[in-house]
Amino acid sequence: MNTKSRRFKAVDILLIAMMVLPILCGIVLKVLTTPQSEDIAITGARIFFTVPMPLQDLLITESQINSWLVMVSILGLCLYITHGIAVKAHTKRQYLAEWVVEKTEAMVKENMGEYFAGYGAFITTILALSAFSSLLTLFGLYAPTSDINVVAGWAILVFALITYYKMKCGPLHYMKSFGDPVPFLAPLNIISEVATPISMAFRHYGNVLSGSVISVLVATALQGASAKLFSWMPGFLADIPFLQIGIPAVLSIYFDIFSGCLQAYIFAMLTMLYIASGFPLDEYAKRKEERAKRKAAKSAV
Amino acid sequence: MLELAIGIILGCCALGAGMAMIAGIGPGIGEGNAVAKACEAIGRQPESKGAVTTTMLMGCAIAETTGLYALVIAILLIFVAPGRLVNILMNFIG
Repeated sequence: MNTKSRRFKAVDILLIAMMVLPILCGIVLKVLTTPQSEDIAITGARIFFTVPMPLQDLLITESQINSWLVMVSILGLCLYITHGIAVKAHTKRQYLAEWVVEKTEAMVKENMGEYFAGYGAFITTILALSAFSSLLTLFGLYAPTSDINVVAGWAILVFALITYYKMKCGPLHYMKSFGDPVPFLAPLNIISEVATPISMAFRHYGNVLSGSVISVLVATALQGASAKLFSWMPGFLADIPFLQIGIPAVLSIYFDIFSGCLQAYIFAMLTMLYIASGFPLDEYAKRKEERAKRKAAKSAV
Repeated sequence: MLELAIGIILGCCALGAGMAMIAGIGPGIGEGNAVAKACEAIGRQPESKGAVTTTMLMGCAIAETTGLYALVIAILLIFVAPGRLVNILMNFIG
């Protein structure tokens, strides 16, 4: 018993390290690679190195590195809260894990219907990845979600899923759905189809990016204002930006925490709604029934 | 002459970004309406507060999209467009 519990604790410590170390790595990398400057720092993702590729060079940027760090961190968190799981919940972390699973599965069932009951894991992944990526700004790191390439990747994934479920009744039925309600509206339907991933990507990235831009602008303005206001103070007191204490934190609560989590929720919610609404449930059920009938008839013969 | 050309490029990019953000009026009015109606609904039926709030947040996020398109255009005009246009000018002059 004693050796087992000791091993259990050792694994626990390893998993906690797996959660914390990526963030520390990110901070160290940021400190080491950011050049010193006094100007306003509104920049895109820093490019670390480029990998030569046949069509176009592959850029390994801060957003890629940071999203991998987030992924490792979330993996550590998941392993930690499901470590030592038992049939009857007796630890706090198991209650947390069960709460997460129950909540998301109830949400998926409510919004997508019975057919998509297995989508809980996918939706939870999107929620966690998006929320933790946005929350990375709390550590002063570059949020991968404020890079359009990352979010556009997710949006394209969701678009592929939507199209897959629209194609469930065959490509002919999919083509026919564009001529709805009248055939000459087909171009507009195609445009609105293409606009889905674009608007999803722009919504998420625009919200996170605008939050960080406004935060940086306000922080810089406060620095300038306090330099003007408190320049009469003696010695080193004149160099301390007093106005920067506390006020940017209020903005950070809104832009980093509230807005980040809200955008994650909205992205997951829209994913669910688009996939569920793209799937022609009645038609699919009808065809399935026909197929079953035909099969029964064949076996009867 | 070159200074004048570059100045015009930078100034017009900044003006364009400012004008693009006029689109912020639309989502402002729309979201204000949505929140007002949500407040009314909660006042009428306080027990449905949770459902109304989540639906309202969803609707607000979707209404925000047009404003965010304008924001993306403005950000492109401030951070991306000037460099590109100056490059084009330099190539043109040779």
